[in-house]
Amino acid sequence: MSWDIIAIYATSAALIIGAIFAMVGAIGLIKFNDTMVRMHAPTKVGTVGIGALLLASIIYNSVIGDGAIHSALVMAFLFVTAPISANFIAKVNIHKRSCDVPPAPEGDDTWATLNVPEADREIEPQKDGAA
Amino acid sequence: MSQALDVMNIALLIAFAAVALAQVLSMVRLVLGPSVGDRILALDTMVINAIGLIVLMGISQGSTIYFEVSLIIAMLGFVSTVAFARFVMRGDIIE
Repeated sequence: MSWDIIAIYATSAALIIGAIFAMVGAIGLIKFNDTMVRMHAPTKVGTVGIGALLLASIIYNSVIGDGAIHSALVMAFLFVTAPISANFIAKVNIHKRSCDVPPAPEGDDTWATLNVPEADREIEPQKDGAA
Repeated sequence: MSQALDVMNIALLIAFAAVALAQVLSMVRLVLGPSVGDRILALDTMVINAIGLIVLMGISQGSTIYFEVSLIIAMLGFVSTVAFARFVMRGDIIE
């Protein structure tokens, strides 16, 4: 059994792992029943799912073609940006009060995303049902 | 060698079907989603699944030319998620 065959079987295994994690993330996005809980599932797609698919691409192209290590850039970019966008979505949920607002922090009066500046007070309360 | 390639083709088919089904399920959450946060999250997931589909297409055609496409879509997806979230929080994207 030469290295080519082992690499192609490894590609198949990585493809299957990535496909399973993509499915698990989407099923979790459908089945969970709270806005904040739903943020849990798609993080698996962004890290392990796409990570395994890109790993399959790297392995396959390094055997068949002429190396594709630059695909790791996409993985690195997704790993860096996933927590930032998750943080932004959580702030949107707290801001729209579509989840249980966490208890007020000590020493401070309220959370920053709920703290509406003086000039914007008259714009504020939108009800969530419209949006 | 040919047996290994057959196994990989079956794995590719399974992966295509799974990621496409995941894309459709995220679309369902995008349409249903009771709050704005759910819709932004579903769009983010759809962008990530689109990157997965493009990577799978690159494997099945045996070319590395789709690398730039997936990188640009990853950047665009991140920026659009942040822009949506900021628009909902501030009513404005660039202050």
